[in-house]
Amino acid sequence: MKQLLTLAAGMLSGWFLSLPVAAGNFEAVTAGSAIAFPKDYGSHPNFRTEWWYVTGWLRTAQGESLGFQITFFRSKPDIDEHNPSAFAPRQLLIAHCALSDPKRGRLWQDQRIRRAGFGLADASEKDTDVWIENWSLKHSTQSYAAKIDADEFSLDLSLSETQAVLLNGEGGFSRKGPEQRAASYYYSLPHIRVAGNISRGAAKSQVSGEAWFDHEWSSNYLDADAVGWDWIGINLDDGAALMAFQIRGLAGERRWAGGTLRSADGTIQLLQPAEVGFQAGRLWRSPRTGIAYPVEWSVRAGARQFQLKPLLDDQENDTRLSTGSIYWEGAVQALEDERSVGRGYLELTGYGQRLHLR
Amino acid sequence: MIADPGSARIWLILLVAQIREQPARFFATVAALALGVALGSSVYLVNTAALNEFGLATKRLVGEADIVIRGPREGFSETVFVDLARNPAVIASSPLLELEVAMAGRTDTLKVLGLDPFRAAVLQPAIIGEIGEGVFQLFSSDAIYLSSSAAQRLTLQRGDLLQVTVGSSSKALRVLGILSESTYPQPLAVMDIASAQWTFDLVGRLNRIDVRLSPGTDVEAFRRDLGTRLPAGVLAVAPQIERDRAITVTKAYRVNLNMLALVALFTGAFLVFSTQSLSVLRRRKSLALLRALGVTQGQLRRALLGEGLILGVIGSMLGVSLGALAAAGILKYLTADLGNGQLRTAGATLSAAPVQMLAFFFIGIIVAGIGAWAPARNAARQAPARALKGGDGNYETAARTSWRLGVVLMLFGAAMAWLPPVGGLPLFGYAAIAALLLGAVLLVPVITLRGLGLAPRTHRVVFDTAVSQLRENVALSALSLASIIVSFSLMVAMAIMIYSFRVSFDHWLVKLLPADMQLREPFGNDTAFWSAEQQTQLRTAPGVSRAEFRRTRQVLLDPARAPVTLIARGANDAQIAADLPLISAAAAPAAASASAWISEALQDLYGYKVGERMAIPLAGRMQQFEIAGVWRDYARLSGSIVISRPAYSAATGDNTANEGSIWLDPGTSVSTAEKSLRLRVGNGDALEITGSTTLRERALQSFDRAFVITYALEVIAVLIGLTGVSFAASSTALARRAEFGMLRHIGMLRGQIMGMLAQEGLLSSAFGVAYGLALGMALSLVLVYVVNRQSFNWSIDLAVPAWQLAALSAVLIAAAACTAIWSGRSALSQDAVRAVREDW
Repeated sequence: MKQLLTLAAGMLSGWFLSLPVAAGNFEAVTAGSAIAFPKDYGSHPNFRTEWWYVTGWLRTAQGESLGFQITFFRSKPDIDEHNPSAFAPRQLLIAHCALSDPKRGRLWQDQRIRRAGFGLADASEKDTDVWIENWSLKHSTQSYAAKIDADEFSLDLSLSETQAVLLNGEGGFSRKGPEQRAASYYYSLPHIRVAGNISRGAAKSQVSGEAWFDHEWSSNYLDADAVGWDWIGINLDDGAALMAFQIRGLAGERRWAGGTLRSADGTIQLLQPAEVGFQAGRLWRSPRTGIAYPVEWSVRAGARQFQLKPLLDDQENDTRLSTGSIYWEGAVQALEDERSVGRGYLELTGYGQRLHLR
Repeated sequence: MIADPGSARIWLILLVAQIREQPARFFATVAALALGVALGSSVYLVNTAALNEFGLATKRLVGEADIVIRGPREGFSETVFVDLARNPAVIASSPLLELEVAMAGRTDTLKVLGLDPFRAAVLQPAIIGEIGEGVFQLFSSDAIYLSSSAAQRLTLQRGDLLQVTVGSSSKALRVLGILSESTYPQPLAVMDIASAQWTFDLVGRLNRIDVRLSPGTDVEAFRRDLGTRLPAGVLAVAPQIERDRAITVTKAYRVNLNMLALVALFTGAFLVFSTQSLSVLRRRKSLALLRALGVTQGQLRRALLGEGLILGVIGSMLGVSLGALAAAGILKYLTADLGNGQLRTAGATLSAAPVQMLAFFFIGIIVAGIGAWAPARNAARQAPARALKGGDGNYETAARTSWRLGVVLMLFGAAMAWLPPVGGLPLFGYAAIAALLLGAVLLVPVITLRGLGLAPRTHRVVFDTAVSQLRENVALSALSLASIIVSFSLMVAMAIMIYSFRVSFDHWLVKLLPADMQLREPFGNDTAFWSAEQQTQLRTAPGVSRAEFRRTRQVLLDPARAPVTLIARGANDAQIAADLPLISAAAAPAAASASAWISEALQDLYGYKVGERMAIPLAGRMQQFEIAGVWRDYARLSGSIVISRPAYSAATGDNTANEGSIWLDPGTSVSTAEKSLRLRVGNGDALEITGSTTLRERALQSFDRAFVITYALEVIAVLIGLTGVSFAASSTALARRAEFGMLRHIGMLRGQIMGMLAQEGLLSSAFGVAYGLALGMALSLVLVYVVNRQSFNWSIDLAVPAWQLAALSAVLIAAAACTAIWSGRSALSQDAVRAVREDW
């Protein structure tokens, strides 16, 4: 099956991010429209794209450190809405899951893509409840259940909230570029407590750890001149949380940046573009794709300066079959003055080829 | 074979001497063997290529599925798919609508696969790999991808519009791209499942689901269990069966050509036999001398057998190369199914089949060996002293004693004709023909003797001498006649079978086409039809006095067999019984349930009998019908069922039709009516409208075309047979030089000897032809009633083309007699005295 999927890979190269710019059928992200829960935990089918993202560190009973990432995407194709067929692809669901395993030296990863319908794959509009057959992410009071049963590995995790929702940008309105319309609605849940079971091949392990949850939706995420982004979500050991990103342009220049730093006491510092700096460090070149990624970074967030070191170099994600892109996303450790201060995830997109962003 | 160097040397000396002396005979024998091997091997190669291609195409279509669920044209509810997708044992399921789609202005159809690219990706990576980034555009409701052969056939390019017919209206689809030939070799198109459901008015319906089961699941048990839960007429099939069906479909068309290969091989075997016999006879003194000089019986036998084998080796080598060439030519210039339209494959490629080619190579050698064996044995057994002196005593005895074996073989052959087919092939029928032929040839000497015994003494020197010569040289006559008897009798048998088939076919056409005109939507299409209102429109078109409509569709009765055609026609049972060419009918009409008339194929393949009840899956239920009769159907090899239109619409609620017969008002021409009919329905230009007379002519023309190759190859076989006669005659004449000299000595005139030869030739060839004719008629019974029936599952009425056979016989007798005279002249040109001296 894996081989078949690999064979079929490439079929969707880039489609996910190369949808036409015309947003006639899509709802726009506007400043000032407040995010309301629990409704906004759910799906927003009138927006072009949406994702629910969980990234975190796990520790097995045997003491191994692992990274994990579970993503559910929803995408609305621009189709004739009059088609009465139940198969009409009004919404597409994509799921991607990866385990960063230092012992293996590379990721365990799998992906699925389906059209919504027949109850086989869908995303609820009421609350976070998204699934593709037996892969699911479901919210209930104060916690999420994530179940992924991939070909080579599986995850069955319980994700408990320990802190309040963190609204990124202006009350959840997160700008992604110099143009006002390049923006998303975006909230995070840092310091999620994780417990559950995983399997890798035939080996089963009990795990616990800490994760970061993101939910973001938009119809016009990136402007036409952007090639990709660098993003971090770090749970700092003192209970604080840091989200920061920069959008890169065609020449590799920074087009936009932003972030949120919430201290343990709940004080939120909204980081303006000038307050965020991403300084690329050591490069790692993928033996499979030949793409070079800066896997070590120095990140400035307001007055603080963090050094990022990856759990392992090879955390390259191949999701050509589902999202249509190849990118690096992996577990990193955050250091401040050579001292470990937190752990989280780093995402690097648009390094191989220009991500055909909107 | 030739173990010691002594034998090898003798063998080489004999062989070279023979080729040098008789190059023409050598080449004729080789040609016959080559033709047989070439025919057999090319038929095999073409068929293998077609099946490989079909297998590959099927494999691409079905992909990696463990089970394929198939339903009728109108499909089954998509909830079947949803249930399967939820089944934990199913790891992948791909819902499809697979339709033969009618197109505006075209009389052919296009296979369209409506699929979910994401789900199909797992089972059919080939499609999706090709569509690639276009997958999002595929979601557009008018988007369609064409395979390269479909694009070629429809002369469409990326961006063009394709007009498809649904009901009787047209819908435009946009060609989004052309798939490369490696993705799908066959002509087909791919759409998104949602667009396909919408476009073809089948929202909520599927007619195929490909299923992959999780490793460790018992596929067969799952399939059986699934089968019990599916709606009637929806079957869960193992993909292998779909490939096997293709083999069944092509089986029938090979019968004809295999038969011809058999003709050529038999002719070859008898040519080797007569050539070797006569050459041994001619060289009896030199062979005896070799024996006198110390060559053992075994050495001589092996050497002579080797001569025959080398003929086989050369003939087989030529034959296999010729067969490969012919196969390559057929695949390049014709379609792989030899124009039968049974297999829609394009670009089938010849694959090397070394093992099978080697088998054909050895078949040729074995045939030659069989032909050479008896002469070699007999020559080796000859007492050297007697042979040196002259005479062929042992031959005589051998020939005379062979009749017992002949009788046994004939009886054996007759018995085998009663056996059933093996795997759908009339193997015993072929065996019967072979045994009958061989037996009949072995009986030639005895029958010749008896026949000549009946000849009266006329007291005319020339005739009486000819008769007594023939009687004395009965073995020789049998030998020279063997090849012509074999080739001619097989030709007669084939001619009778083809003629019978043609006569029956013509009668069938007349019976089925009583109306003035026939109209239909593109043959085999799943999407175009006429509603009840449109049928009224057509019925009331100007110039039309009467119209009858039919609904044809496919039903799957058995997952292991090809679908059966269901034809709803006729207002009531009585009309059907009157209109159909019935073979048998039930004594009383059906009392409890509706009636169905089945074709002979259904009787043969499924074992249904008149008077029994059968269940037909219609509208998702098994509906009971009583079999009211069996009818002859030459149009549908996999079988057909006829039910009345009222019975059909009661079972399905479907009043649509896709075929019709039109009777015209007096004075209305077919072309006028055609115009007014086309104006009556939306897609009128795509209707196939044909005058019944034209249709019948066309059908007969294509029938004749199909048998042109058969006739051509038969003529070649007979010509080779005739060459055999010629060489045998010249050989005999040479062997009888001394006798001619003697006759001249005792006062016979040169002209009288020529007359004697002519009468001998005439007598023997008349006998040979008459014998071949009789044997051919016997063989035609096997062809008509066994080989034809078991291959095609339909009956034909025996009809003998008397004039054709009579003319052919006359020509052949004259040709054989002329050959005999011409051969004798060379023998007579020699000095009589020297000839006599040579013998004493």
